[in-house]
Amino acid sequence: MWIYEKKLEFPIKIKNPDARLAKIMIEQYGGPDGEIGAALRYLSQKFSMVTPQAQATLNDIATEELAHVEMMGTIVSQLTQGLTKDQLIAAGLEPYYVNHGLGVYPSAASGVPFSAAAFQSKGDPITDLYEDMAAEQKARSTYEYLIDLTDDPDVLAPLRFLREREIVHFQRFGEALEYARDHLNQQRYFFMNRK
Amino acid sequence: MDQAQLLEKLMELDFMAVDLGLYLNTHPSETEAIAAYRSVITAADALRMKYEEAYGPLCSFRSYAADPQYWQWINAPWPWQKGANLSLAGKECQ
Repeated sequence: MWIYEKKLEFPIKIKNPDARLAKIMIEQYGGPDGEIGAALRYLSQKFSMVTPQAQATLNDIATEELAHVEMMGTIVSQLTQGLTKDQLIAAGLEPYYVNHGLGVYPSAASGVPFSAAAFQSKGDPITDLYEDMAAEQKARSTYEYLIDLTDDPDVLAPLRFLREREIVHFQRFGEALEYARDHLNQQRYFFMNRK
Repeated sequence: MDQAQLLEKLMELDFMAVDLGLYLNTHPSETEAIAAYRSVITAADALRMKYEEAYGPLCSFRSYAADPQYWQWINAPWPWQKGANLSLAGKECQ
């Protein structure tokens, strides 16, 4: 089970509304390489993971991703507070607004709703851990693109924090892969021996 | 320490615990990291108790409902609201 704590993993207090930023930040909430996808990927894969080290890694990184879902939702929500009609229209946020108002809906910046089709749970520990390492890199790239397009320091601080976490998680998944490989007793670990 | 300073310090310690916990999952025999984890959670627990006594519960589960007259969990702002937060702009790792 999970226990909720009434604080963010990293504080977010955005003073200025910004429709353009809200429109792109939703990418890391419900986009293909976003935090909801990360959390669901690891939460699903843990059931077929091998070794206590790799199981703990999936379980606990999944848990931290839930905190990141909340952070990205917070960024989108705070960016929309106090927006005027003109600002909303100027940023091209109307298609989102007519469907969701200022609610936070899991979709990509392009408007495509969140889909589990963006990730796998393959039942093969080696395959899954490689996917997880790639997923962390994809999220890191996305954070870097978001940082490129952001000049508000109140938004940059949590984005930089989240980018750093992708790097740490990538490292931990790499170590988990070593445990899984040793467990499966493979000389080469780009395929799985079904014995 | 005022509420924001207390919260910032607690977030800092809790984050250290999260990060050390992930590290220990793949380095379970590193005694130095275990010692660091223990000292971080001891400090965080003390600070959490201080914060909750002054500003209400951070967790509705296994927390004492200190006020018998009113359910304090719904009292303070939620974490996604600006009023519950501080900005670390400029202090983050770049």
